[in-house]
Amino acid sequence: MEITDETIEYVGILAQLELSDEEKKAAKKSMTEMLDYVNKLNELDTSDVEPMSHTFPVANVMREDVVTNGDDSENMLKNAPEKTENAYIVPQTF
Amino acid sequence: MSKDYEVVIGLEVHVELNTKTKIFCGCSTEFGGAPNSHVCPVCAGMPGSLPVLNKEVLHKAIAVGLATNCDITRDSKFDRKNYFYPDNPQNYQISQLYFPICRNGKVEIELKDGTKKFVRIHEIHMEEDAGKLVHDAATDETYVDFNRSGVPLIEIVSEPDMRSSEEVIAYLDTLRETIQYLGASDCKLNEGSMRADVNLSIREKGSEEFGTRTETKNLNSFKAIQRCIENEIGRQIDIIEEGGKVMQETRRWDDDKEYSYPMRSKEDAQDYRYFPDPDLVPIHVSEEMINEIKAEEPEFRPAKKIRYQEELGLPEYDADQITSEKHLTELLEGAVALGADAKKVSNWLMTETMRLMKETSTDADKLKFSAENLAKLVKLVESKEINNAVAKEVFEKAVFAENLDPEQYVKDNNMSTKADAGQLEAVVEKAIAANPKAVEDIKAGKGKAIGAIVGFVMKEMKGKCDPGEVNKLINQKLN
Amino acid sequence: MEKEKILALTAVELGKAIAAGETTSVEATKAYLDQMDAVEGAIHSYVTVEAESALAAAEAADAAIKAGTLTGPLAGVPIAVKDNMCIEGSRTSCSSHILENFVPTFTATAVKRLQDAGAVILGRTNMDEFAMGSTTETSYYGPTSNPWNLEHVPGGSSGGSAAAVAADECAMALGSDTGGSIRQPASFCGVTGIKPTYGRVSRYGLIAYGSSLDQIGPLGKDVTDCATVLEMISAHDEKDSTSADRDDIKFTEALVDNVKGLKIGLPRDYFGEGLDPEVKEAVLAAAETLRLKGAIVEEFDLGLVEYAIPAYYVIACAEASSNLERFDGVKYGFRTPDYADLHSMYKKTRSEGFGPEVKRRIMLGSFVLSSGYFDAYYVKALRVKHMIKDAFDKAFEKYDVILGPCAPTTALKKGQSLSDPLKMYLGDIYTVSVNLAGLPGISLPCGYDANGLPIGLQLLGQTFDEKTIIRAAYSFEQTFVDEKKKPDLTAVEGRA
Ligand SMILES: [Mg+2]
Ligand SMILES: [Zn+2]
Repeated sequence: MEITDETIEYVGILAQLELSDEEKKAAKKSMTEMLDYVNKLNELDTSDVEPMSHTFPVANVMREDVVTNGDDSENMLKNAPEKTENAYIVPQTF
Repeated sequence: MSKDYEVVIGLEVHVELNTKTKIFCGCSTEFGGAPNSHVCPVCAGMPGSLPVLNKEVLHKAIAVGLATNCDITRDSKFDRKNYFYPDNPQNYQISQLYFPICRNGKVEIELKDGTKKFVRIHEIHMEEDAGKLVHDAATDETYVDFNRSGVPLIEIVSEPDMRSSEEVIAYLDTLRETIQYLGASDCKLNEGSMRADVNLSIREKGSEEFGTRTETKNLNSFKAIQRCIENEIGRQIDIIEEGGKVMQETRRWDDDKEYSYPMRSKEDAQDYRYFPDPDLVPIHVSEEMINEIKAEEPEFRPAKKIRYQEELGLPEYDADQITSEKHLTELLEGAVALGADAKKVSNWLMTETMRLMKETSTDADKLKFSAENLAKLVKLVESKEINNAVAKEVFEKAVFAENLDPEQYVKDNNMSTKADAGQLEAVVEKAIAANPKAVEDIKAGKGKAIGAIVGFVMKEMKGKCDPGEVNKLINQKLN
Repeated sequence: MEKEKILALTAVELGKAIAAGETTSVEATKAYLDQMDAVEGAIHSYVTVEAESALAAAEAADAAIKAGTLTGPLAGVPIAVKDNMCIEGSRTSCSSHILENFVPTFTATAVKRLQDAGAVILGRTNMDEFAMGSTTETSYYGPTSNPWNLEHVPGGSSGGSAAAVAADECAMALGSDTGGSIRQPASFCGVTGIKPTYGRVSRYGLIAYGSSLDQIGPLGKDVTDCATVLEMISAHDEKDSTSADRDDIKFTEALVDNVKGLKIGLPRDYFGEGLDPEVKEAVLAAAETLRLKGAIVEEFDLGLVEYAIPAYYVIACAEASSNLERFDGVKYGFRTPDYADLHSMYKKTRSEGFGPEVKRRIMLGSFVLSSGYFDAYYVKALRVKHMIKDAFDKAFEKYDVILGPCAPTTALKKGQSLSDPLKMYLGDIYTVSVNLAGLPGISLPCGYDANGLPIGLQLLGQTFDEKTIIRAAYSFEQTFVDEKKKPDLTAVEGRA
């Protein structure tokens, strides 16, 4: 599978990564290689196989609707690169 | 308009469920509070934190599904919807794409002219709400508050079955009522607990094919929805008439300026890379769970409306008005259960209550007074302890405003209008004697003349008597 | 007790010595901190050494032990924790620039359980950035060296944890295993490591790489240490929906030298092309040891082995691409200093904050989930995962334990695999299928190659059957104990 420049550009937008030209070249090469290798999976007929997300059967793990958390805003904001007294700051969004 | 067009509308309605805690963590969903005060590692997207589903969210989603005639998906799952935006702390929203909890439903809507039709529901899925962004024009910065992040939502996706804004409003009204009756949400558009995105396209009448649709967001009132639909119909028809092509896009409605504009930039690829969330396990809905939820199902509006007429003897108008708000039905039923007369209770709700609600901008679910105090008030009037004028005052000042016990209030403030029988009789006799002209007129068949004598009595009694009673006494004396 | 004597003890032995008053937690902590002073310059097992808080915790432990309020096998024992498990107040960077200044406000459940048991945390061990790698060379803070030979890698991604145990820089360490990240470095560093059944240990507080594959587990000096620690960290956790609620966790009960009648399967697919002959010989010798002790050893065809790596990389990278979206410069960690708008802030922060291997995997993961490719790659990989699980289930109908090598070779020289990622990925051939199938696996030393580098034996068990592989591993260890070596660190000391 040939990965094009457009694909790298597109995936960069999805992943919010800005690659240098050199990185793009490397990404193109390694992605092409990896996907060629991954295509090995097509040797297997999986038409009758269900996709498996969890390996052991567990379902309906739920919590009761009870408030367990109080105001922890100080801790939540402790690591924020830019913040006001009680909010995160980001560049203008619209 | 040179051709005859038909509008095709589908709705995506987000309803905020009224659980105590968020969908995946034990943070409170309470409205208000300082920014980021209802936030924990889970709903702030801290590394290492993991989501655990709130049981109530599943139950309420299933209840709404059953009430809208959906099939409940027995094996359901959560998926991640990936997109970068600062109101979304993980940069993915936990939602459902592949196995939504409900599918294939329908609701019946009724239009003003009495015609009825079904709007089909494609699916209902559970998901988490995003945080709030507040823009500061002075600094050009945006502040992020995650208090709403993780508040549980259901998204009700209709089929493109609506053909006018009237149908859209009727559909939304039906959903709102149903969900309010279930107690699953207060469904307030203006407070954001119900939000609608409108998918709209235009086609020539008679055409089977759909036109290109746009999706418009940010509609927070019925009026805004109506205006936006009319505007978008016009916009699309103009484009088509001018030989252009409608672009498939997401638009944002500005209700102040009454126009919409495209929302996305090229950075938004709209490729959400949905995949099953490995942090959450599948949901299996058993027959038992469904039966339990069904058993808790309340009496919905249409059934209530009929029962109010048949069992309580209310006029259709009353039944319709009272059932428009679930809280009013609770007050009515509560007061009637305590022995109050249904029609009288209904009158209090439809006249004084609704008047005061309007004057004080109080929503029905925020009414303070109890059915018990309303019943007491009705009985005070019935037993002639107070007359109507005093009752109105007691209702407004004591019951409506503060949910005070009206019996106690009347006693404490010496407001009883029940006159001493002997004293009243004496005053009536005095009044008859003092108004010979009126007595003459009455005897001559001019019934209206009795007013003068009643007035005399009321004045003499300083209003503390029942005009009906006075009337009766005068007639007795004169016959 | 002298430093040398303390360092020679296993974690459980040290715990006993502290309980008996032969030494103290403070004395032991100082011994390990001394050892770090001597060897860290050359080995670099740690990203962060937390001497002050460790000594404070040791003092508290000593007081509590004296007061009789703290008992248990790990009371006062100094340990190390991989840099991807959140500890309140302790910088947790995942060996990444993007989390260089991240200090969690809560502690991972597994770590909390060890803290509650009185373990003293010495510091945070080095790892491949976000656990993406098998050499610990992708760490933003520089590579870790293999204590057996500084020119070689310690394996990864829990390379720092494995090296710290091997170089006596801690009594035991926690690691995490997504595709072999506990077992392979254990093998390369000549120590023992257990990757528990998926769901056995809570993932709460573990910074996710591949959520459906990640498990926390112990790396220790021997099987007893690992079984003891695993028993302490295994518990149902309400905060992790994928955490199993089971009571078969008395793993120390399985420390029995008896494999009579145990059915051991050797997958032929694990002994074919690509396997280093010296490794093959040592692993087969280990199988023979177990046979001589009464186990029934048979060869069989497991199948699908060559499909495990591609399926693994699709699933792990897809999940990682989503898990790592939260690192965006808004809530924690690094934010680029110069940006024009929101999107440039995102892109520059992430591009500057992540290293090349992380970016490579995010790109691949984003691609396989993108519209038009999801079914062909991601769903396909989930189907293959199902087939692999079925193949193991079938094998475990016949065998109690599957025995094989942990890695195709002993520890590689530094710099060899970074230039060729695909080659590096192929080194995971014997470990990744275990993660796909959610099974437990244990890696322990079974020999040494001509260069003196350790060779690892891997034993795999059925879902939630850690006990059987612990018993088999313990039995082998009892026979191997006289051959077991320690790295010679005299040449290392003082080297920077
Ligand atoms: Mg949605
Ligand atoms: Zn929360």
